[in-house]
Amino acid sequence: MKKFLALILALVMALSLVACGEKTPAGGDDAAKLKVGIVLVGDENEGYTAAHMDGIKAAAAACGLADENLVWCYNIPENEECYDKCVECVEQGCNVVITNSYSHQTYTQQAAEENPNVQFVAMTGDTAMKSGLKNFHNAFNYTFESRYVSGIVAGMKLKELMDAGKVTDPYIGYVGAYPYAEVVSGYTGFFLGIKSIVPEAHMDVQYTNSWFNIQDEGKAAEALMSRGCVIIGQHADSTGAPKAVQTAKDNGQVVYSVGYNVDMLKAAPTAALTSASNNWSVFYTYLFNAMLNGEEVKTDWAAGYNEGAVCITELGPEVAEGTAEAVAAAEKAIKAGELHVFDTANFTVGGQPVTSAFTFDSDGDWANDTNEGIVDGYYHESEYISAPSFSLRIDGITELN
Amino acid sequence: MEKKSVHEPLIRMSKRGEMLPAWKAWGIRVIAFFLSLVVCGIVIVAISGLNPVQVFSTMASGAFGTAKRSWVTIRDAMTMLCIAVGLAPAFKMKFWNIGAEGQILVGGIACAACMIYLKSLPTIVLLLVMIIASLVAGGLWGFLPGVFKAIWNTNETLFTLMMNYIAIQLTSFFVAKWENPFGSNSVGVINSAGKEGWLPNLFSSGYNGDFGWNVILVLIITVFMYLYMTKSKHGYEIAVIGDSENTARYAGIRVNKAYVRTIILSGAICGLAGFIAVSGASHTISTSTAGGRGFTAIIVAWLAQFNSVVMVIFSFLIVALQKGAQAIASQYNLSQEVSEMITGIILFFLLGSEFFVNYIVRFRRKKVTK
Repeated sequence: MKKFLALILALVMALSLVACGEKTPAGGDDAAKLKVGIVLVGDENEGYTAAHMDGIKAAAAACGLADENLVWCYNIPENEECYDKCVECVEQGCNVVITNSYSHQTYTQQAAEENPNVQFVAMTGDTAMKSGLKNFHNAFNYTFESRYVSGIVAGMKLKELMDAGKVTDPYIGYVGAYPYAEVVSGYTGFFLGIKSIVPEAHMDVQYTNSWFNIQDEGKAAEALMSRGCVIIGQHADSTGAPKAVQTAKDNGQVVYSVGYNVDMLKAAPTAALTSASNNWSVFYTYLFNAMLNGEEVKTDWAAGYNEGAVCITELGPEVAEGTAEAVAAAEKAIKAGELHVFDTANFTVGGQPVTSAFTFDSDGDWANDTNEGIVDGYYHESEYISAPSFSLRIDGITELN
Repeated sequence: MEKKSVHEPLIRMSKRGEMLPAWKAWGIRVIAFFLSLVVCGIVIVAISGLNPVQVFSTMASGAFGTAKRSWVTIRDAMTMLCIAVGLAPAFKMKFWNIGAEGQILVGGIACAACMIYLKSLPTIVLLLVMIIASLVAGGLWGFLPGVFKAIWNTNETLFTLMMNYIAIQLTSFFVAKWENPFGSNSVGVINSAGKEGWLPNLFSSGYNGDFGWNVILVLIITVFMYLYMTKSKHGYEIAVIGDSENTARYAGIRVNKAYVRTIILSGAICGLAGFIAVSGASHTISTSTAGGRGFTAIIVAWLAQFNSVVMVIFSFLIVALQKGAQAIASQYNLSQEVSEMITGIILFFLLGSEFFVNYIVRFRRKKVTK
């Protein structure tokens, strides 16, 4: 039956492809002006890339771009193949090329240097500003905001467990991909969200040194749980950690999971509390509209709750009472600009409050590349360059490896 | 089995008494290739409902559809060819060098190091230094298992395999050391501003427009290897050792010396492939610089029966297949696995055809065909 369905589905898809081929572009003349090359590190089977694909498709629909105006390249590794594909997209007449993985960016930049009339966007990258190229851009969401809010969900649960006497040590574990700013910024946001509910919470971070590795993420989660962690957060793209948490929970351990990118309720039906997530269509809609209207695309684009670019996914069945209200309140405060995630009143480094921080140090020479990060009592994350840059190691968080 | 059974089995297979003439052997291989296309066509229709002819034309266009694609295919085929040519002498001698991955990586590391630390040298000098450095590094990665085999008779298969892991760890180390931007865990494009140490275009100014120098370099190596294997005394020794080590010893060939010498040569050429991959294509170094090509090249070398000229055909075939398979995956929204299945089917048929080249199949109730 499943096979039959798949066959029908394949046939329908094949037929709809043919059908599309015969139609004239839906967007008319306007849409014909814009052809988008999309170079993706994965395909629809990989959560991170799937989120980008959804965003691009939604934006294309909103801007009236037809299928033939999108050139998709899937599973492009972070090497010269990325450059090759960028050039190929240009040859096929694309006037904007998007690459979606962090380490695609040097190849994207290389293609941008050689094709000044085509716009290039390295999603999540951080070198556009420094490159000085007019046609090379970076974009990222204020993911730290949704991390913070997902931290509130975790904090509420933690508080409930402690009030009920089921947990005495508010110990959190975090499965991180790589020890660099994007991850540090994310887990710090998450931790500060928890701390806003449970001030005495502390957290350990275990790195996997990979963006996507189901086994390693599962093992890291197991290691953290065996140390006594009761909440497992993650900045890695697989369902490895939530699955491991669900297994432990089914075996009687008190432990919950907070995921990333996608709803983890399928992988961990009772253990998943929520996931911090992105809505990439906000950026892509901005990009396509700017291109269609002949406006200049920002070198660095970043946005958060205010534009609807970040969110948390559906709350799990076992979240604490009052979670939805706490989430709504935090989201409202963030939108109103009353709540700053990296408010220096809420964290210390080495026991001292922080008054100054780099925003970006691309070459590791311990000299700030851009503006002072801390102004008006909070760290201005993603404001000068779009990529997350908060990389202070604050008190209460321990990196295990 | 001793007794002659009355009932003859349906199918009997036996080794051919004598080698098939070349045209017949090639005929079998070509037939196998076309049969594999038929099977691929059936698979494509079964899982996607697409017109197979259209799919094959997409594959062809994916590999050679535009000038850029053709150059990329040529570039990657040349890298593959270089590795296969490097592996050939070792395998012909029955020295199972499965360490090409590692030899490519250390060659690449040496090359990247020169690009980073010696970029003030004049272009030609820098390129020559890079070539020499990668040859030496690859040669060293071959020398170690070679000398251990010669002196202590260690198993070269395991040794060369282990050397791969050491090379991968070394690469990780240098990636962390040279990472750019800081904290990104990747080296990024090396010398993207000044292009120091990049192999330039042959037919025009600039870079990445064509890969003519890659072609010239690899073809020089290929011709050299062809002559070395067929015309030189060393090549003859390799052939004798490959057929029978004892015969070689009896004939007065110093087998251990030949082992070490040949594996150094093999490793050095694989190291040079690292140079071609880094300076001539990616301009970076990462643990995926070799990308499994050190293993795929073994198939190329075997299919060509270690004839370096024939390897040109198989390198192109395999690389073009990979590019074509990627193109259909993107064009028709098939997952990457489908394209890998197609490559797998074609390789299966090509490798399987060797069975029919070497064995004869007899059916029951049929006059034995000679």
